[in-house]
This record gives sequence, structure tokens and C-alpha cells, in this order.
Amino acid sequence: MKFTLSWLKDHLDTTATLDEILYALTDLGLEVEGVEDRGAKLRDFTIGYVKSAEKHPDADRLRVCQVETDEGLKQIICGAPNAREGIVVVVAKPGVYVPGIDTTIGVGKIRGIESFGMMASEREMELSDEHDGIIELPSGEVGQSFVDWLAENDPAKVDPVIEVAITPNRPDALGVRGIARDLAARGLGTLIKRDVEAVEGTFPCPISVTIDRDTLEQCPVFYGRVIRGVKNGPSPAWLQDCLRAIGLRPISFLVDVTNFFTYDRNRPLHVFDADKIAGNALRVHRAKGGETLMGLDEKEYTFDEGMTLISDAGGVESSGGVMGGLASGCTDETTNVFLEAAYFDPIRTAYTGRALKINSDARYRFERGIDPAWTPYGIAQATRMILDHAGGEASEVIVAGKIPATDRAYKLDAARVQSLVGMDIPESEQRQTLTALGFVLEGNMAHVPSWRPDVQGEADLVEEVARVASLTKLEGKPLPRVTDGVPKPILSPMQRREAIARRTCAALGYNECVTYTFIDQASAALFGGGADATKLENPISSDMSHMRPALLPGLLQAAARNQARGFSDLALFEVGPAFHGGEPGDQHTLVSGLLVGRTGPKDVLGSSRAVDVFDVKADAEAVLAALGAPAKVQILRGASAWWHPGRHGKICLGPKKVLGVFGELHPRVLEAMDVKGPAMAFTLWPGEVPMPRKTGATRPALGISDLQAVERDFAFVVDADVEALTLVNAAMGADKALIEDVRVFDEFIGGSLGEGKKSLALTVRMQPVEQTLKDKDIEVVSAKVVENVSKATGAVLRG
Amino acid sequence: MDDLKQKYLTQIAGAGDEATLETIRLAAVGKKGEVALKMRELGGMTPEERQVAGPALNALKNEINSALAAKKAALADAALDARLREEWLDVTLPARSRPRGTIHPISQVTEEVTAIFAEMGFSVAEGPRIDTDWYNFDALNIPGHHPARAEMDTFYMHRAEGDNRPPHVLRTHTSPVQIRSMEAMGAPMRIICPGGVYRADYDHTHTPMFHQVEGLAIDRDISMANLKWVLEEFVKAFFEVDGVDLRFRASHFPFTEPSAEVDIRCSWEGGTLKVGEGDDWLEILGSGMVHPKVLKAGGIDPESWQGFAFGMGIDRIAMLKYGIPDLRAFFDSDLRWLRHYGFASLDQPTLHGGLSR
Repeated sequence: MKFTLSWLKDHLDTTATLDEILYALTDLGLEVEGVEDRGAKLRDFTIGYVKSAEKHPDADRLRVCQVETDEGLKQIICGAPNAREGIVVVVAKPGVYVPGIDTTIGVGKIRGIESFGMMASEREMELSDEHDGIIELPSGEVGQSFVDWLAENDPAKVDPVIEVAITPNRPDALGVRGIARDLAARGLGTLIKRDVEAVEGTFPCPISVTIDRDTLEQCPVFYGRVIRGVKNGPSPAWLQDCLRAIGLRPISFLVDVTNFFTYDRNRPLHVFDADKIAGNALRVHRAKGGETLMGLDEKEYTFDEGMTLISDAGGVESSGGVMGGLASGCTDETTNVFLEAAYFDPIRTAYTGRALKINSDARYRFERGIDPAWTPYGIAQATRMILDHAGGEASEVIVAGKIPATDRAYKLDAARVQSLVGMDIPESEQRQTLTALGFVLEGNMAHVPSWRPDVQGEADLVEEVARVASLTKLEGKPLPRVTDGVPKPILSPMQRREAIARRTCAALGYNECVTYTFIDQASAALFGGGADATKLENPISSDMSHMRPALLPGLLQAAARNQARGFSDLALFEVGPAFHGGEPGDQHTLVSGLLVGRTGPKDVLGSSRAVDVFDVKADAEAVLAALGAPAKVQILRGASAWWHPGRHGKICLGPKKVLGVFGELHPRVLEAMDVKGPAMAFTLWPGEVPMPRKTGATRPALGISDLQAVERDFAFVVDADVEALTLVNAAMGADKALIEDVRVFDEFIGGSLGEGKKSLALTVRMQPVEQTLKDKDIEVVSAKVVENVSKATGAVLRG
Repeated sequence: MDDLKQKYLTQIAGAGDEATLETIRLAAVGKKGEVALKMRELGGMTPEERQVAGPALNALKNEINSALAAKKAALADAALDARLREEWLDVTLPARSRPRGTIHPISQVTEEVTAIFAEMGFSVAEGPRIDTDWYNFDALNIPGHHPARAEMDTFYMHRAEGDNRPPHVLRTHTSPVQIRSMEAMGAPMRIICPGGVYRADYDHTHTPMFHQVEGLAIDRDISMANLKWVLEEFVKAFFEVDGVDLRFRASHFPFTEPSAEVDIRCSWEGGTLKVGEGDDWLEILGSGMVHPKVLKAGGIDPESWQGFAFGMGIDRIAMLKYGIPDLRAFFDSDLRWLRHYGFASLDQPTLHGGLSR
């Protein structure tokens, strides 16, 4: 919302400075977004008097002028045709910046004669496009600031333009008067009475208006009248200045009148060319659907069922509250005008405007809510302005429907205001504020003014009182502690897990990423997602069309971007939500890590190597351990299709309890996502890790044996597809009390063993508890180990 | 006997390696060495002679053995010194690389915010990113036609044919967690709700996903003055400054009444933000007293309970605190950015140890 300072002062009698007004506006909740002080750039121009003007000896068109300025008599060479003795001019002395020609004036020689400045035209000062000659002022003292002269004699030219952001609850502040009212309530002046007397008509209105019975909710009232014999044309200068200052283009007087009241009073109006209304009758009705209209913006619109239309015998002429039609609009030739002031329902207007994608000033205001009670005043005011400037004769006003009731009242509870706001605002001040804003107090019931549709309860009264009293004055008061003493921890077990997973991954050398939770359909589909249930109806681009089914596609895209930048060794991770459906709650938290390239840069130690499955396995195990997962897990196969079928494992507690998956990613997935592989990854489900059963912090007692542990190595030959873990588990089972640990320390495939065979070497550690092991005991356990392993896997002890 | 002693001690002193030393040992004190031979002669001596010669021979043997041992140790030392002189390394060569992982600024700042509010008794509540339009809008006093709905650039989820429910939305703010938490916990309550939110907007200062933290405190007599104190304490603790001016400006949010936007005093001298000094004001959050309709929607009786709510951008305060220039880069995962703006795994923010270092 833009307005000029003088426009504001048409409504507000104030002595406040511009700065005071700006501060108050922002503080009241009408946030100042910008001020254009148009005088600022002309600050250094001063007024001069041309004492003499002689022809330049070497140039026919130039004159050598002696100009009286605040710094004495100056010689200025001037080429303007009107430069002559005895005129009052505007001087830019050396050092002054001239905006219209983007130049700072210096002392110069023109055709051999020195010139100490310049006399300016309106265009050179960006006041208008006028450049036929230099400015000749009708008055002005030598040395006077030109800006001061303008402020006195032509204030519109230097009027500051103020732009404020209006929150959606304040339609009244979309009119200059509403803004003035707020300032008056704050104590920055008094409102000036502006409403004119009703203008009596001298003949019956030749155009009739009806509102269909089923349309009264969306258009409860319609005022109209004809003004005949008007002379349309350009608006008077003051009106053009007003509109231009706030960025509107003057069109013709009749149209400019409607725009003026839109901004002056938040009262959109419409003017029809009365001679173009077929059948001399307008009907307000609901669209059947499919009707069309060429709008004032010269675009054709098709209406849906239920939209508010205004039609004549020939068809649709206007979309009520949103936009008028081109055919029946006023032109310079219009002599008989039909003036409309109606009230259109905010909700209906909002839906219509949204559906038609029309962002007009009218829609903007009707959907926020104009003051319905001011409708008769609006038509009177506009009639008066038209008669004053365009002449003509006004008909009687016709009214269809009736002004919707807005009267309602809420209790002002002064104590509650103080309790909610925490400021000591006396009841008398509270009442005074509300009165100044137009509320009518009856006892402690505050009747809401018709221009404040947003006030719908007691809480709104509190807000009005608080913002006028100024929240800047609010002093902080300590919030009492919930309990005395040391605060209790507040994170839930899952929240702690996320933090632990995150910091463990970082400790393992991964860089945390936060990627968009929506990705393209193709990438989502690669990871089991991309279904319509997870589709966005209005994605910002096709790259962000589906909620991610997993974190890995986002990490792979990040890897591809980094590879393209020349970074090939990557360790990335993310902790965040993935989505298995489109309903609230169809999300689960994942931890995913991705390794690509080598373990580090090439080095003299030869320690760099390509990352492999056992890197991510170790990392997955480390994170799970940090989350409190049990050490004993199963490693199963058969995870989703984006893993390398032979090189991945599911970390499970039982076949259905999957804590995580690690492995190499499928080469086809990498190719589709433009990642140079191979790539290793893990995904963990932190929510699947069982919660600890224990309640206290106490650890079980540590049982250490002083007896010497014994280690024995075994090498088994098995079929190549037998898994090491099967051997380990079988060996462990040989004596659960004695065998503390079984480790695989060597794998050898093929060679002398023959095709399809491999050798696995295990170290079995036996920890006696009661007495030192004798050779005989060890032999018994060893035999049991061999027997168990052979039975489980068909292994043969390697000779 | 003195000759013998002199001879071997001289030989031992002159021995250059262990082999020579061994030869000397055998010749001197070996089973067939000279000292042994002399020992055998003891048998043919008179007891008187033996009493003199015996101890003398033993002493000689001991002396030679000691000299041998000392020389052996000296040779070993010399050999070790010689070897170590050879074992020279260029220790300026680079060491084995250790990967350095990092925590994303959003996670770090979320933990900082959590640490501060936990101290003031706020717990952390969470909610779904996809939510119903009721939780995201209606329950927060934003009915269907409300202009705020259009202004929020909402992302809508697809609706299957025949499913006539209003489409779900990607939450446009963390405020729906207020309602869900009120339903779950009731009053009194103090929560913060950090998390990702979505708006269909993408330019140099907007990304379609960003992060907010919502705060909500409900009790019998909580006032806007309490809100101001909480925010003052938060801003001081978060920006790690001793004092800060907060300016409350009246504003409007459908879910609070009265509503205020909050600015902090700051300076931008030399392009660096300094909080708590200077003459500029920086808008950092929106806040207000919870609207009675919102309390009602969350199942809390507005006649008995009142409270405040506020919301601010996590990414935004991270940018302000750590001088990160571009929001879009937060979600780009550029390794250089992650390493430069990320935090070490052990830099866990605490109030006792400090939030940042």
C-alpha cells in the first residue's frame, strides 16, 4: 500500500514530522517498507535570477548569462531558447549532481568562455518530461532552496511516497483514511472530516439493477446511478499526481475517480458507459458456468458455476468484485456514466480471483473486506467529484439488496488485557484507544466499527489496545522455572539416537548433508518410491516432484554434483525422514551413509585404497553399536533391488527385524543417477533398534578370569558359497561356556583347493573359568569345534 | 699370571666385533682355554701354592669375563648407534590421512537452540512433514479463503481419483506441531518444535525447503512480557553476547493475538553482523499470544489457560550467527561448503561448555 505524505494529511491534521509518522506506522503494525523522498535528490539546487543575457560571441544559440545566486553573481552559458534577462531560474552550481543527465556540474569553458554552473529544465531534475527550455519560476528568492520552493508552491512534486506492508487482517488500512485513523488513535493528530453530503438526483435512474435471490449472499447490496452529460478526458493535475506518485497510470478522469477511492477509502467502484448497457438493466447473478468476458485487461475469462457476474440484456458485462468488462467500460468518448458501488463477499471473491488468476486492486480489497456501511457515502463522494470536474447531471440512486449487518460487540476485560500483554495499561486508556479506532463502547461492551471485519472476539480487542499502546514499551518479565533446581533432560530416546547417529557418522569421517526431501520421479522409483501417493500436486520443478522414499538418492545426487566439481573421494551421510506414503505419519527416520572413490588421497605410504563393502559394514556396525544395538546379529541377504545382489547384507535380529543394510550399490542405479562408481552405502533404521530394558545406570559386575586364555587356529576347506558367519556360529556352539570368541583371520579361494572351494581360517579363543586348561581339555574342545563346523557346513579340516 | 691378564685384556679391548670376542673368550676362559689349563695345573701344586694360585686364577677368570661382557655391551651399543644412524626418515612426509567428518550447520544450530530452551524447561516436540490442511491451516485459525493461505505458497500432495478429502500439504510452518502437541500433552506445557518446512518459492533468498523452530508455552498466567524475556534470554545465549535490545513491533499472524514481529539491535559494519550494538534493526522472528481459537482447536480451554508462541528460521539464524552467505548452499552438499561451514563431531553445544568455539 502506497500513499503520499500530503495525501495522508488530507485525512490527518498533524504537526508530526515524517520520521515520527514513519516510526508510528511501523510500531502500530503498518510496517514501513520504504519511503521515497523525491525532494532529496534536488536538495542542492537553488533559485537564481538572470540579471543579463548576451549572445555568445562565437555561437548563435548560446547565451552568456550573469545570474544572481546565493554565492553572488555567476557567469553561466546557456543554450535554452528561453534563457533571457529577468527570469527566475533554478541553478545547479559546480559540484551539484543533476539526476536527469546523470552528471555532476563542473566549471568549464564553452566555446572559449567560462561557465560556472547550469540552469536546469524539469527533465534534468526528473520532475517531468518537459525539456523545451529551462524552468521559469513565477516567484522565489535568490538563494532559496528549490526544494523548499516546491514544497511551498507545488508540493506534489516533492511529496514523500510512503509504502507500508498491510497484514491481511487490516483491509481498512488499504485506504489512506484507515492509516490516518490509526495514527490519530496513537495521538499523532486528528482525523479530518471528509464525507460530503449525499448528492440528490434530479431524474430517475434510467438503468435498473436486480440481484438474483440466490446471489444475495455473495452480493448483498448494489448502489448505482447514472450521471449524464459528463465530459471525460484527462484528470486534473492533482489527481494525476496522486495516482502517479503511488505507481498508477492515469487513464481517464472517470476511471481515475474509481482508482482514487480504491486507495483513498478502500472503496473500489466501477464505472460503466451507460450507453453500452443493453436493455437498460443490470442483473447480478451466479454464473451457470462457461460464460465468457473480455476483461478490462483485454484478456478473455471463462467463468465457473457460482461466480458473481453482472450482466445486461446482451450478456456478461462484469465479474463482480474482481474485474469489469472491456466492452462496457468508459472511454474518452463516454458522456453518460453508470457508477457502481457494491459489496461483494470476501470468500466468494477470493475463490473467484484465485480461480481466474486475476490480481486486481478490487479483488485484493473485496477479499479482505471493505466497509459495507460506507457504500452510500462512497457513491455520494464519487458523484460529487465527477460533477465537480466533468460536469453533468446525476440521477437518483438506485439500491438493490441491502447493506449487510456488521454490528457486533465484545466484552472489553481490562484486567485480561493486562494479564495477556503484561503491560500496565489503565482501563481509561484502553477505552480511549478503542473509541479513537471507531469502536463504540456501551458499558464494557465494545461495538466493532463496520470497517473492521477482522475483529471477531475479545482477543482482537486486546490486540488493538496493545498495538496502539506500543509493544515497543513492553518490558521482559522472567518466565518462572517449571521446577526448582536442576532441569531434567528433555530429549526423547529417539531424539537422542538421531543425535548420536549423527555425531558417530561425523566421527567416522562422514560429512553430513541436508538434502531436499523431494526428488525426481525417476530417482524415487529406483529406490522403491515414486508412486502417486507421494507425488506433489504443484512441484516447483520436475526435479522435486516426489517425496523421497530413502535418503540414498539425495546423497547419490550430491555425490554426482561433487564428482562433476572434481571431488571423487566422498563420505556423505544424512539423518532425516523418508516417506512411504502420502498420509501424515507415513514417514520414518533413516540414517544413510555413502562412500565413493578411495579411502583418501594417494600418499607415499600407499595407504589409499578403493572403498569397499567392509568399510561400510564397519561403519554401519559402529553406528548401530553407538545406538545400543546388540552385538550379536544376523547378516542376511535379499535386501532391495538397488543393492548389488551379491555384495550386501542386512543386519538383522531375526528375519523380520532389520536394523540396517550395508553393501555396494547396484551399478545400474549408479549409471541412472550419473554417479561414477563403485559406491558403498549403508542405511540404518534407528527406530528398529530395541530400546534397552534396564532402568538404572548401574552396570553388571565385571567378571574377569585370572586363568590364562588359550587360542587355537583351524583352517577349514568349504564350498566357496558357504558364509563365514555360519562357521563362526558353529564353532562358537562347540562349547558355549569355554569359547569366548571366534575370529576369521584368513580367506583363500581357489588355487590348489580347486574350483568352487575356499579355505577359511579361524582363531578360537578359550577362556577357562574354574581351572587352567590341560592339553586333553583343549583337544576335546578342538574336536568338538571341527565336528560342529563340519556338520554345519560340510567343511573339511585343511591338512 | 699378570702377563696372561694383560694379554687378554688387551685383546678384548682391541676386539672389533662379537666373533673376535668369542674367539678370545674360547682362548681365554673356554673349556680348553688358557685359564682352564692353568686351573688344571692346580692339582699338581702344594696346598700352600694352591691357596695362593687358586683365588688368583678365579679372580683372573672373573676379570676376563667382566671385560668380555663389558666389551660385548659396548659393541652392541655401537652397532645400535650405527644402525640408528642409518635409519633416517624424512619426517616432513605427509602422514596417513584421517577423514574429517562434519556436522551440518542446521543440525548444529538445532542442538544449540535445544540446549538453550531445555534450560528454560522446554522439551522438543516433533510432527509429520506431510500434514492435513486442518492441522496446517484451519486449526491455526487460517480458514480456506484466508489470504494467508494463498500467500504461503503451499505445496499440496496429489489426491487419488475419488478421494475427495482436501489435499494434504507439506507443512508450511512448524506450527501444526503446536496443535498436535496440545492434543497430546494438554496444559501446562512448554515445547519447541524444530524441523523442515516447505514453501513453493525459489530464488536467491528462498528455498522450497527450509527449517524453523517453533516455541510454545502455555500456563495460567503467561504474558507477552514473559515472551519478551524468554526471547531476550534466548538471543543473548544463542548469539553469545552479554546484552541485546529486542524490539517488539505489532503485526498480525492468524494464530496469535496480539502478534509481534521481533527485531534485534545490530550493526552491519564492514559487512559483518554484530548483535547487540549499532543502530540497525534486524527482524528475526514472529511471535504473539496464542489465539483462543488455536487453544480451542488443540483441546485447551482458553478461559483457563493462556500462553505465547513464536517461530523463527533455523537456517536464517545459522546464517546470521556463522556468517553463511547463501541459503541455497545449505542444501547443495558441496563438499567444500560442508567442510568449511560444518562442525566437528565433538563440538557438541552445551551451556556449560559453550555453544560455539
